[in-house]
Amino acid sequence: MKVSRTAQIRLVSCHPEVYEPCDDSFALVDALLADREHLIEHRPSLCMELGCGSGYVISSLAIMLGELGCGVHYFATDINPDAAQVTRETLEAHGLHAEVISTDIASGLRKRLAGMIDVVVVNPPYVPTPEEEVGCKGIAASWAGGENGRTVIDRIFPVADELLSEKGWLYMVTLTANNPTQVCRMMKEKGYASRIIVQRSTEEESLHVIKFWRDGVIANSAEGSDSWLSQFPFKSFWRSSGTSA
Amino acid sequence: MRLLTHNMLSCNIKGVTNGFPLRLEAEKWVEKEVELNADFLRHIFPKIEWKALAGAARAVDYCELPEEADAAMLDSEDFLRRFHHALLEIHVEEGALVCPETGRGFPITKGIPNMLLHEDEV
Repeated sequence: MKVSRTAQIRLVSCHPEVYEPCDDSFALVDALLADREHLIEHRPSLCMELGCGSGYVISSLAIMLGELGCGVHYFATDINPDAAQVTRETLEAHGLHAEVISTDIASGLRKRLAGMIDVVVVNPPYVPTPEEEVGCKGIAASWAGGENGRTVIDRIFPVADELLSEKGWLYMVTLTANNPTQVCRMMKEKGYASRIIVQRSTEEESLHVIKFWRDGVIANSAEGSDSWLSQFPFKSFWRSSGTSA
Repeated sequence: MRLLTHNMLSCNIKGVTNGFPLRLEAEKWVEKEVELNADFLRHIFPKIEWKALAGAARAVDYCELPEEADAAMLDSEDFLRRFHHALLEIHVEEGALVCPETGRGFPITKGIPNMLLHEDEV
């Protein structure tokens, strides 16, 4: 089965200034896997990851949707050019392709891609930090989220809203400190329904992966996703795949 | 960077109103075969700015696209094949994208366009 390849994504390229996949990345991929059958039925044409970091998530998504073949195309952006490069290398090592662009969220792409993206995935910088750390050069950009960790998240929502097609879905990782309930309420006012696909507490943080879709458009969220999760213990695969980190 | 992406990128400098299409200055490009998917091509065709695609294709020495195109042409296998090749099979590895309004160049390095702005451009 093709999906099992997701578990084999290797960290082929690393860089001291690029965020390596961690619990939040695994939670996001688990959420996509939990929703995989619906994603396949959804038949997206264009998918996009905002803030692709190491490329783990976009590579996993591309593998997961592999059976849709060459009808799906992927974009991945990162504000950190080193991350963009690592993403390209991760994709290539797995025989995958996404168009990778170094940019701030989707700057330069918003106008022409408006209303065209069927799936947007985001693992945003959500860690509460002093405001001046937000958008710094290098790896700090991957986590520094400003007040309540919401500074970048709140910039991403209008962009995602613009990019998403009528049937489009957005998957986003949030932390309890980001106040996901309030995030969902805010998105409801913009016409989006939401659902928590994965909820996970680690030693340090409590993560939610939330799926958003335009209210009134069928979302088909999966129920009972545990069977997928238990089949593919990503962490151990990734961790054992040979880096010193 | 595929020409699909070129077709979706505009200059993002604050105040620029005529930032599309970016002029493609290609120094190095490669061709990689991709399976043709007619459904995708038909889906994406209405979103493509044809003149920008034809111009970008010429910048990488591919001159097999008509100057103008309309949806009726999608019935032609030959047209689909050329459209597919230009859109998805040519990867610009090194070069630049140049804003038509300001002349600002955005480098393409190892296949990745860099659209990051300087502080005074945001």
